[in-house]
This record gives sequence, structure tokens and C-alpha cells, in this order.
Amino acid sequence: MKRLLLFAPLIVFVSLAVFFYAALEMRKTRSVEELDSALIGEAFPEFSLDNLNGEQVSREDLVNGEVTLVNIWGSWCPSCVHEHPYLKMLVDQGVRLVGIDYKDTPDEARNWLSRFGDIYEFHIQDPAGRLGIDLGVYGAPETFIIDAEGVIRFKRVGIVDERVWTTQMLPVYLEYGGQIDEG
Amino acid sequence: MRAKLFGLFCGLAFCAQMAFAAIDIYEFSTEELRLRYQELIQELRCPKCQNQSLAGSDSPISADLRREIHRMLEDGLSDAQIKQFLVDRYGQFVLYEPPKSGNTLLVWMLPAAMAGMGLITIGLVLFRARRQAIQSGLDEGDDEF
Repeated sequence: MKRLLLFAPLIVFVSLAVFFYAALEMRKTRSVEELDSALIGEAFPEFSLDNLNGEQVSREDLVNGEVTLVNIWGSWCPSCVHEHPYLKMLVDQGVRLVGIDYKDTPDEARNWLSRFGDIYEFHIQDPAGRLGIDLGVYGAPETFIIDAEGVIRFKRVGIVDERVWTTQMLPVYLEYGGQIDEG
Repeated sequence: MRAKLFGLFCGLAFCAQMAFAAIDIYEFSTEELRLRYQELIQELRCPKCQNQSLAGSDSPISADLRREIHRMLEDGLSDAQIKQFLVDRYGQFVLYEPPKSGNTLLVWMLPAAMAGMGLITIGLVLFRARRQAIQSGLDEGDDEF
């Protein structure tokens, strides 16, 4: 018994080492995309910014009783080009999509949209990234799902593609009453 | 000599800190605000880059957050309010120093608990050794008891 007591410190040390090593390994496999968003379940923040026509838009224009995707994009963002066709497909299926033109100039944004197609209902210009900070945005692209009352229900950091949409976003979209026309 | 070396070490450590500081030019209305700004951007983590402080990161989001912190300082917000602002938006991840509550409490308590256990063990061992020494009547001469 006394002998066993001698090993107590070693046993404590080894179990702690295993515990912390396991925790560290778990951390490593997590990417920035899976960092907890502080904003799930919070109301979409108030804002008053211009759309791409220079007219002022606010939260009331964004929240209209429909489940909505809010996509943060910029003409400077290569991945935004990548996800554009998939977002277009979603819009074709009746998904409401609003853009936040993040840290961009209206001229460059309009060029980009005329080149790739403007699939958005409207755009919120956020040239200084101020709304982006309120949304806890890291960069572009990011996509939020907000429900009919404007509560943030999901946040995607990185591009939206088939896999992300069907496995993560579609269930949330449908849960909060989002409609899909076909498929 | 030792004091001189220590001084040199401190000086070098200070230089090293300066070397990775990102360069923005912000005017502060008071020196106190500038110091608090320096401290905050060292203590807060760049949300995007896992292992850099806001002070050390060149990413656009860090620059934006430094600008916001500057604005909030000039608006008279307290350090706690500024940290809360960032935690509300980016989660506790932005704090290098985890809060002393919830599941991070373990991180804070464990070292103290371990040290306590160590002290108790040392105490027990000493106590037992002394008692044995007394019992076998060998405590003559150099010990007081």
C-alpha cells in the first residue's frame, strides 16, 4: 500500500499529460472555420449604410419575414468568385440572398457584378468593415443564415458549396421555415 | 555585474517586443490612453490567425480591430468594456488570458491545487522524519527541537 502511494505523483502526472495532450490534438484538427461564433442566437445588428445605388439601407430592409442568407463578399476576394455559381443556384431555387460588399469600392463592386452576375436582392456597402466587426467577420466570404425575425441562426466562414449547404446549412434553413422551390 | 546583465536582458526583451509590433499611426489625446492601447493590443488575439496578438498581426481584420480599440479608448470606454465588445463579437477566443470562470477555471485552479498538494506532501514527509528522529532519540546537538 505504501509502495503504491509512492507512485501517486507519477500517476497524477501521466493522467494530466494524457488529458492535456488529447485536448491539444483536438484543437489542432479544428480550423478557424469551426471557431465558435459568439453571435448564434443573437439579433442581426442595427446598421445604416448605403446600398450600391447610394441609397441608405438599414436592418428593416434586411429583415422582411423571410429566412435570408447574408453573404459577405468583395470584388477583391478570389474565393467569392468560386462560390458565386453555387449561390446563384440557391437563388434560382428561391433562396433570398443579400450581400454585404465588404471593404470594397462601389465602382469595383459594380464591375465585379456585371462580370459575374448580380444575384443579390441588394447590397449593403461596408467600406470600412464596421458592420463586419459587429458581425464578428474574419474576412470574405462568410455567409449567415438569419431567420424571419432577423436572428442569426448560422454562420459559415469560407465558401458555401454543395457539401456545406446540404450537411450544415440546409437543415438550419429548413428548420427556421426557409423554402426551396425544387429538389 | 548581475544587475547590469539584468538591465541588458530587460532592454533586449523590450526591443524584441517592439520588433514585431505592427505600425499604425494613431494620435491619442492622453499618454494614459496610449499606454492602455498598447496593453490591450498585446492582450487581445487576432481572431483570424490563431497565434498572434492584435499588436503582432498584419491581417486586415487586426488593423480594423486596432482602429476600433483606438476609437473606443477615445470614447472613454473602460478596458473591460472594450474586451467585452470583442468577446461579444468574436468569442472568448480573442482573450489570451482565459476568464476565471466556467470550464477555463480548471486552468487557473490546477497549478494552485498542485502546488498545495506538493506543500502538504513535503510537510508530511518532514513531520514524519522529525517524529522518527525524536522517537529514536537522535535529535541532540544542531536541531533546536
